[in-house]
Amino acid sequence: MYLIGSGAGFSGDRVDAAIPVVEAMAARRLGGAIIFETIGERTLALGQLAKRENPEAGYEPLLAAFLSPILKSAVEAGIVIVGNFGCANPRAAAAVVRSIARQERVSRLRVAIVEGDDVAGKIDLAKQPVWEDDRGLPPAKGALISANAYIGARPIAAAISAGAQVVIAGRVADPSLALGPLVAHFGWDWHDHDLIAAGTLVGHLLECGAQVTGGYFADPGFKDVPRPEAIGFPIAEVAADGSFVLTKPEGTGGLVDQRTVKEQLLYEIHDPASYLTPDVTLDITEVTLAEAGPDRVAVRGARGRAAPSTLKATAGFAGDWLGEAEISYAGPNAFARARLAADIIEKRLVLRGLDLRRRIDVIGATSAFDSDDGGLLDPLADLAAEDLRVRMSVSGDDKAKIEKALQEVTALYCCGPAGGGGVRTRMHARIRTLSYLIPRDLAPTRFVFDEASS
Amino acid sequence: MTGRLVTLPLHRIAHGRAGDKGNRLNVSVIAYRPEAWPVLLAEVTEERVLALFRHRGASRVTRYALPRLQALNLVIEDALEGGVNSGLGLDTHGKTNAFRVLGLAVRVPEDLAKRIVVGPGRPIAFANATIEGEFRHDL
Repeated sequence: MYLIGSGAGFSGDRVDAAIPVVEAMAARRLGGAIIFETIGERTLALGQLAKRENPEAGYEPLLAAFLSPILKSAVEAGIVIVGNFGCANPRAAAAVVRSIARQERVSRLRVAIVEGDDVAGKIDLAKQPVWEDDRGLPPAKGALISANAYIGARPIAAAISAGAQVVIAGRVADPSLALGPLVAHFGWDWHDHDLIAAGTLVGHLLECGAQVTGGYFADPGFKDVPRPEAIGFPIAEVAADGSFVLTKPEGTGGLVDQRTVKEQLLYEIHDPASYLTPDVTLDITEVTLAEAGPDRVAVRGARGRAAPSTLKATAGFAGDWLGEAEISYAGPNAFARARLAADIIEKRLVLRGLDLRRRIDVIGATSAFDSDDGGLLDPLADLAAEDLRVRMSVSGDDKAKIEKALQEVTALYCCGPAGGGGVRTRMHARIRTLSYLIPRDLAPTRFVFDEASS
Repeated sequence: MTGRLVTLPLHRIAHGRAGDKGNRLNVSVIAYRPEAWPVLLAEVTEERVLALFRHRGASRVTRYALPRLQALNLVIEDALEGGVNSGLGLDTHGKTNAFRVLGLAVRVPEDLAKRIVVGPGRPIAFANATIEGEFRHDL
């Protein structure tokens, strides 16, 4: 049996979540691996921008917060730490890991860096086909910031087999973080599609951390979650045949049952027979779940086919500006005053020639579900709620125009309907992403030990 | 399905989660009880789900059925109005939309409904054929 735990499911996750996972795994005295998944679609572009400002930045900003509490205990228990927290600068992340090791008196730490995902400047993306899910999007206009291929588990497995205790990657596919240690441990054949699929399924269920153990799950009265303030992150107990039990550390909050596992099983899946990764095409249609004790779910039945011949690569470009401004109306007749405020904003933008893409919501009436043209708000006759917030958002390439539009919401203080308060405005430059399919041989991968390890 | 039908929000018999990839949204709909599975198949159709998102320009819904899990995976095209790249709305990932789907009204035979509903007030009294005030999107 091999144990794999999750320490983080996104950049910004709880920084103390890994502690009970490592404690629970260490108590089993089986070694294993703990994975940290901290990259989203935009993260690499943000990392590249940070690196431009400071050549020693561009890795996961919470890296030290994630690893400081667990590095020593994980290394002592023989638990390999694997993360894509290298983001745009794995070498700088290695220096941070090295510095934590010095503080924690961990000697002779073997730190490996996975390379090959950064394809910016190496590939003419304009000549590559656009990834299927992005084909409806307009072409990107802004300057290229980042371009990274989703690489697979092979360099991770190779690094662990060579003795790495910490593996720092950038854009590897999320499930590959778990598949790498599994292949290194069990020696699975990369051509045994069902086993590679099983390891990929382990990774898919672990990659979002608490989302499989009661995070992003609670719906009071319908799906109650014990102690959501202390959710235990998942641990998979994986057998050599690829079947596994999902559980969490004893004494933690959250829960593991068929409901939590099913929600995560289908999370961000499209065709369940063809979940494409760089390692395998995963088919989850025959997966079965069985409860195997409190907070324990047995998972089996992943099937695999050959991986696609191309890799997905995501490029980040400078996008447009987004401006947002809000003002509150509360108490009697609040809905009518909020609607009047929305109407005034619209008329002011027209009057001043601010021809920006725009949208106005009344938060508390309709916002999350509505469309840009207010299709749900317009027909609403009346509303019981009396604590509402008008939100205008505008976007475009002309920053000055956006500033002027935001100022019109501020001006409602003295010129708008009665009782408006709490104006907040913000503006930020957006990153535009577009994904492509690239030939595998354009993104060769490797691992290297960082200098101090060799 | 036979017998007197009651109308319920899907939320009483199923749970789910939304995710995005590119300009696509996926929403899972998972039966709480295995006996609710035929109701999901009959009531949560591609057409009805598309109607929930048409105001946002959704162009197509593909429904994948997973009978071993008693779950549907709904893939909704072009419902994100630009999504995280260029959307103007608050939830550019579309993550709240699982609960838009769960607000769908479904018709269930009365005897079956008593066995498959979960949540506060269970078992519910079916004095009226419709449980008032609990669903938002009766189509």
